[in-house]
Amino acid sequence: MTVHQRDWQAFVVPADDGAVHMDLAVDGITCAACMGEIERGLKRLPGIRKARVNLTSQRLAVDWVEDQTGADEIVAELERLGYAAHPFDPASQKERQDKTGKQLLRCLAVSGFAGMNIMLLSVSVWSGNASDITPETRDFFHWLSALIALPTVAYSGQPFVKSAFRALSAGRLNMDVPIVIGVGLAVALSVVQTIQHHHHAYFESAVMLLFFLLVGRYLDHNMRGRTRSFAENIAALKAEVAARINPDGSVREVPLSKIAAGDLVLVAGGERVPVDGVVSSGISEIDQSLVTGESVLVPVKPGQRVYAGTLNGAGALQIRVEAASGATLLDEVNRLLETASQAKSKYVRIADRAAQLYAPLVHGAAGLTFLGWLLAGMEWQPALVIAISVLIITCPCALGLAVPAVQVVASGQLFKSGVLLNSADAIERMADIDTILFDKTGTLTLAEPELVEEIDRQDPVLALAGQLALASRHPLSMALVKATGALVPLADVQEVSGAGLETHVDGQRLRLGSPLFCGARTEAIEERLLAVPGASLLAIQYGEEPVRLLAVRQKLRSDARDVVDQLKAQGYALEIVSGDTQPSVAECAEALGIEDWQAAMTPSAKIARLEALQADGRKVLMVGDGLNDAPALAGAHVSLSPVSAVHLSQAAADAVFLGKKLQPVFDALRLSIRARRAIEQNLWISTVYNIIAVPIAVAGYVTPLMAAVAMSASSLAVTANALRLKWGNRVAADVEATAAFGPAASTKGE
Amino acid sequence: MDVLIFLIPIALVLGGVGLVAFLWSLKTGQYDDLEGAKWRILDDDDLPERKNTR
Repeated sequence: MTVHQRDWQAFVVPADDGAVHMDLAVDGITCAACMGEIERGLKRLPGIRKARVNLTSQRLAVDWVEDQTGADEIVAELERLGYAAHPFDPASQKERQDKTGKQLLRCLAVSGFAGMNIMLLSVSVWSGNASDITPETRDFFHWLSALIALPTVAYSGQPFVKSAFRALSAGRLNMDVPIVIGVGLAVALSVVQTIQHHHHAYFESAVMLLFFLLVGRYLDHNMRGRTRSFAENIAALKAEVAARINPDGSVREVPLSKIAAGDLVLVAGGERVPVDGVVSSGISEIDQSLVTGESVLVPVKPGQRVYAGTLNGAGALQIRVEAASGATLLDEVNRLLETASQAKSKYVRIADRAAQLYAPLVHGAAGLTFLGWLLAGMEWQPALVIAISVLIITCPCALGLAVPAVQVVASGQLFKSGVLLNSADAIERMADIDTILFDKTGTLTLAEPELVEEIDRQDPVLALAGQLALASRHPLSMALVKATGALVPLADVQEVSGAGLETHVDGQRLRLGSPLFCGARTEAIEERLLAVPGASLLAIQYGEEPVRLLAVRQKLRSDARDVVDQLKAQGYALEIVSGDTQPSVAECAEALGIEDWQAAMTPSAKIARLEALQADGRKVLMVGDGLNDAPALAGAHVSLSPVSAVHLSQAAADAVFLGKKLQPVFDALRLSIRARRAIEQNLWISTVYNIIAVPIAVAGYVTPLMAAVAMSASSLAVTANALRLKWGNRVAADVEATAAFGPAASTKGE
Repeated sequence: MDVLIFLIPIALVLGGVGLVAFLWSLKTGQYDDLEGAKWRILDDDDLPERKNTR
C-alpha cells in the first residue's frame, strides 16, 4: 500500500561492529511455524546477522550488515512470506530491553537463593533449639545467615527502598515504607541478637519477605509490560508515519517524531492526516469525525487548517506543518487535557490508602508494646526486641501482595476480553462507576462509514459503480466497494478532485461522487438527508437513468443495543455526549434506548457536563475516541477508548478496548467489580491475620518459625484468593457467552 | 559435627552455581520471550546447514 519510499535511515539504529538493528511489529504471527518460517526466510537474505521473533510481544528484531542488504528488502521478504511488518519509530520505543523487568528478576533470583540457604541453616537452628544444639554451632549458623542476608537485603531491597524514599520525599506514605522499616529492623535486630548469642534470629523472615514481595512485583510488571508492548504494536501497525516532501521534491516516509514545524507533508487520498497544519495546495474533503464527532465530510482548500487524525478524502493534499500556536482546537484540547488530568491525579490507590491507615497503626502498636513492657518492669532491651518482633510479624507481606496479585489476574482477564489497561489503578476506579458517558461517532458507532441501506448486489448499475469506486480511496467510495464486493477496477477513470469519478461504460457516461457532481435535484438531496440524519450522500449517475443517492453513515456497533440494555439492567445511568448534529444523535439515542443525550457539544461543553455530574457526587466513566473527547477522557473518574481512537485520546484514556464490539466495556466493568471485591477480601484476610498474630507478638511469644509459617500462609491465601477471580470469571464468561451472544462474544486475545 | 565443614560450603557453592546459572540465562535473553520458548522446542529443523546445502 505504501506509495512513497520510506526513509529507512530514520527507523534503524546502529548495532555492534558496523551492523544495524531494526525492530518491527509483525502482524499475524500466531504459532511456532510462523516463527521458524520468518527467521529462516530472513536468514536466507545476504548480510543478515540475527533475526529473532519474540512471540510474547509479537515483534521481530533484525540485525544486519548495512551494505549487504537493505531494510526495504527485509520488509519485502516478510511480505513475500505473507506477513505485514511495520518498523518501530526508535524514538517512540521507550524500553527496548525491559531493564526494569530484568532488574526485578535479578533481585528475585538473589533473594530466592539467599532465602533457600538461610532457611536451610534456620531449620537446623530451630530443630537444634528443640534438642541439643551447642551455642557455638548456633552462633556460627547465625553468623553465616547474616553473611548471606546482609548483602541480599542490600541488593534485593533496592526496588522497595527506592520507592519508599520517593514516596517519603514527596510527603506521602505507601506500602513500601512499612516494608522497608520492617525488613530493616528485622535484619538489624537479628544482627544484635547474633552478637549477644541469643536463641533467635530473623534473617530468614527478612529475606523470605523480600522474595514473596518481589514475586508479586515481577508478576505485576510482566503483565503490564505485555499490555504496553501490545499497545505499542498497535501504534506501529497504524503506521504513524508522514510522507515528507523534501526541498528537492522527493517524497520520503519518515516517523512522526522526525517531522518538524515548517515541513511540507503529502497526504494521499484515503490516508489519515498525520500532522496539524495548513493546506498549502490541493482540494479534498476531510472526514473529521475523530476530531469533532461530526459524521459529515467537510471540504477543504488551500489556506484551511487540518488536524492530525482526520481522514483525507479523494484528493491529494500538501500540508505545511505548523507548531501549535494558540486558539486552535488542538491547543484548547491540550489545555483542557492538562487541567483535567491534574484533577485525576488526586486519586489515591487502595493499597496506598491501606498503607496510610496501616503504617501508623502498626508502628503505634509496636511503640505501645515497648512502653507497656517497660512499665511492666522489663529491661529496655528485651522490651525493644518484643516491639520489633511485632513489626516483623505485621510486616505487610500479604498486604503487599493483596492488591498486585488481584491486579495481575484481573488485567490478564481484561486482556482476554480485549481491554488493554493504560494505568494500573484503572481497575479499582472502574469499580466505583455509577454513570457512563458515551461519545457517539466511533464509540457507539464504528469509525468507518458504511452504506445505510442493504443493497442488491445483482443490480448491474451498482456493481458498475462499485467497480468504479475501486479507483478512489475516498472513505465513501471504500464503503461502496465493501458493500458491492467489487474486485475488478474499470479502465480510463478520471478523477475530478473534490467532486467524484467519471468513466464511460458501453458508450454511456458513469459518474460517482457528490450529488451535485452527478446532477441530483436539490429537493431529492434534502429529502434524503432528512430521512437519514447525519449521513453523507454518494450519488451514481449512469447514462440517462435517474440519479441514485446512497446514504453513507457510521453504523452502530453490532452489539451496542445489547450492551446498553445490560448496562441499564446493572443500574448504570447512561448518557450520550456527542459533537455530532442534533438529528443524528437523536436517532442514535432512540435506537439504543438512551434517554439522556446532548448534541453539538464542544470539548469544553463535554468537560463541563462531566464536571456537573461529578459535582453531584457521581463517579463517571467516559467512553470516547475523538480529539474532542480527550479532555473529558482525562478528567473522568475513569475512561475507556476504542482502539480506532486518535493517539491523544488513547493516551488520555485509562484503558483501550479492541475489536468492533462494545461488549468489552461491559466486561471491563463487570470484571473490575469482581476484582475490587477480591482486593477487599484480600485486605480482610491480611487484617484477620494481623488480629491473630499481633496479640501473640505483643505478648512476646513470637519465634522466627512462627513468623515464617504465618507469612507464607498469608501470602498463599491472598494469592489463591486472587486466582479464584480467574477461575470464577471463566465459568461466568462461558455461561454468559452461550446464553446471550453465542461463542462470538469472547474471541479476542488468544 | 565436623561434617559441617564440608556440608555448608558444598550447600553454598551449589546454591551459588544455581544463582550464577540463572543470572547467565537472564543475561543471554532467555527470559525475553516467555511465549515463544514453548513453541521453539517443537521446531525440529534447526539444522540450517544440512537443509540449505541439500
